[in-house]
Amino acid sequence: MSKPTSVPFRGTKEQEAKLMEVISAHKNEDGAVIPVLHEAQDIYGYLPIEVQEMISEGLDVPLAEIYGIVTFYTQFSINPKGEYQIGICLGTACYVKGSGDILEKVKSILGIDVGECTPDGKFSLDATRCIGACGLAPVMTINDEVYGRLVVDDVEDILKKYA
Amino acid sequence: MKSLAELEKIQKDTYGEVALRLGDTEHATPGLKGNILCCGGTGCTSSGCQAIIHEMEAQLKAHGLDDKYKVIKTGCFGLCALGPIMIVYPEGAFYSRITAQNVKQIVEEHLIGGNVVKDLLYAETVDGDDIKSLQETRFYAKQHRVALRNCGVISPEHIEEYIARDGYRALYKALTSMSREEVIDEILKSGLRGRGGGGFPTGLKWKFTYAAEGDKKFVCCNADEGDPGAFMDRSVLEGDPHSIIEAMAIAAYAIGADQGYVYIRAEYPIAVQRLKIAINQARETGLLGTDIFGTGFNFDLDIRLGAGAFVCGEETALMTSIEGKRGEPRPRPPFPAIKGLWAKPTLLNNVETYANVAQIILNGAEWFSSMGTEKSKGTKVFALGGKIHNTGLVEVPMGTTLREIIEDIGGGIPNGKKFKAAQTGGPSGGCIPARLMDTPIDYDSLIAIGSMMGSGGLIVMDEDNCMVDIAKFFLEFTVDESCGKCTPCRIGTRRLLEILTKITKGQGTMEDLNRMEELCYSIKASALCGLGQTAPNPVLSTLRYFRDEYEAHVKDKKCPAGVCKALSHFEINPDKCKGCSLCSRQCPANAISGQIKSPFVIDQSKCIKCGACQAACKFGAIEKK
Repeated sequence: MSKPTSVPFRGTKEQEAKLMEVISAHKNEDGAVIPVLHEAQDIYGYLPIEVQEMISEGLDVPLAEIYGIVTFYTQFSINPKGEYQIGICLGTACYVKGSGDILEKVKSILGIDVGECTPDGKFSLDATRCIGACGLAPVMTINDEVYGRLVVDDVEDILKKYA
Repeated sequence: MKSLAELEKIQKDTYGEVALRLGDTEHATPGLKGNILCCGGTGCTSSGCQAIIHEMEAQLKAHGLDDKYKVIKTGCFGLCALGPIMIVYPEGAFYSRITAQNVKQIVEEHLIGGNVVKDLLYAETVDGDDIKSLQETRFYAKQHRVALRNCGVISPEHIEEYIARDGYRALYKALTSMSREEVIDEILKSGLRGRGGGGFPTGLKWKFTYAAEGDKKFVCCNADEGDPGAFMDRSVLEGDPHSIIEAMAIAAYAIGADQGYVYIRAEYPIAVQRLKIAINQARETGLLGTDIFGTGFNFDLDIRLGAGAFVCGEETALMTSIEGKRGEPRPRPPFPAIKGLWAKPTLLNNVETYANVAQIILNGAEWFSSMGTEKSKGTKVFALGGKIHNTGLVEVPMGTTLREIIEDIGGGIPNGKKFKAAQTGGPSGGCIPARLMDTPIDYDSLIAIGSMMGSGGLIVMDEDNCMVDIAKFFLEFTVDESCGKCTPCRIGTRRLLEILTKITKGQGTMEDLNRMEELCYSIKASALCGLGQTAPNPVLSTLRYFRDEYEAHVKDKKCPAGVCKALSHFEINPDKCKGCSLCSRQCPANAISGQIKSPFVIDQSKCIKCGACQAACKFGAIEKK
């Protein structure tokens, strides 16, 4: 599990109002925690302890339980993500076609490891599970853009587009 | 929706729009000249189908053809390797790997000029001056589509198109002319077994949940397709979501439930979106809700999103996750049929299993059981991936051999390489070597050779893949995904990974191999859930069929495939080296030196084995050994 962030929480009043709306919409539902966490992450981009506290209070679920759920599921992040979120697919189809080498190349260019964010907040890097674009293997995603049929030499030029 | 007449009216009103795609020009809507189908599955979306659809709509409008041609965004056609794909009916012209720039040409030459643009067609469909139908190509000829019957044929975002293809007729038939017992009996007799991997007889599951006592029951659909390299369930949900809704309604009627949940991976945004649309349309049409077909039967459906935990594909963990908790499995018994979601009797089937249900009810158990082998009936969808020409989605009758799938349908291995192994069953399965390629694929034959059906991922590997590395890859996956609840899985898989890592570094001993095998059997025997019990399979099957590769790593300190970095090194072949110095300038470790115009040398003590020199060399002088 990645270490909690040292970036201070910068939530706005608008975000809080949105979260409260989400909480009241799900409040009486069975099994509401996970749907609320999904929507909270959409609002804030990640789930810092401050957001978890609000959800805990709003849904009347102990904070320890919320924290336990957040850290159990890999889609939930307690750290902020970069402006550009890079995902390298390490599903089997991509792996046998060399996505491991693509990952190494991205790591060496950005100087960060999987799960980390560059100091300027620009790029964050994740090794993802199969995203299902196996026909395009090996695949890298940057935010919603998908780059397929990659070779190691493509990586530098692709990253330059975002620099 | 209160009567068959209402359903038939929708079918009649829509059929004309769909007819051309089915080769029926006679009943096509008058004035409609063609159907243009674009694949909108995840693969084709990733390679830009959206831009193509927009361009096509714009071009049709510009030429005043927008009322003569209907553009339909469908689900997956199956041949993902050739995406983005567009098929134009009634000709059935299969355009592959096209871009938005090609659209204008297709409109002007084909739609207006009447000449199919041969250069853009899938090469296998061009036969001299003629165009072959898709069914005659090697990829499609041996396939038989039951679960995928509507994928790539209808628009998944229009319930009318599903109804035009006899959609919701099975639900009508079950509700109005079959008793609950008769429905269960039909599924039992069909021989349908769980397509999620376990292969448990579906009808029995239904019978147990039906017989369980409870004031409230649930039906659930497992769409948490987590096996890396598997995308069958996603494609069904993206291409034909109503088939799942209809099947779940039939199941709910049979077991006596009025509420269902589909648990789907959040990593599948397109599938989630289409399922949401489908559920809303079914509600609006009255095919979900109260008093369906005026029979007094009530059923509604909700979606629950996963959040990236592989273990949630395990049935008890999935239900714990729907309940909003950490998705940890619980011991069985009690089985979900007795105590499932919120401790109520619950029926849980996989997406592909449900995709067969309506067809069985409509066509009868005998029709279904006429396909397949003695103990595995029907068809199976496989996601073909890895080192193979025709990456994509295939559906074949059970009992088809691996060789037919890989060589005929898959088109063999690219770049003239040799087939080494096929991996089925994901992290729970095993690797099948070349000499077993003629094994007919069904549940039992795969178990017998140390693999398993799994959900249907089929990854092909060639001689460049190291089997020890592949075993390590899967163990890294299970170590990461182990939920930590039981010790054999939490600690045992980690120990396995440590030994494998040691071997790939050339530090393994023969005793390690034995110890690893022993540990595998203990984990299998003692882990709490399916994840742990099957986690050792990749190790066991590679040990069984590729022991020589393990021994090469241990005894000779060599990786025969040249994958394990610690065991391989780069050398410059002095006969090929021209002394251009390009490699030494690329080397990040300053490990290469020499005189211009005479062969260069790599200092092995400095080399970090990154391979940059090999990529840079224009003469192929740098060899990995």
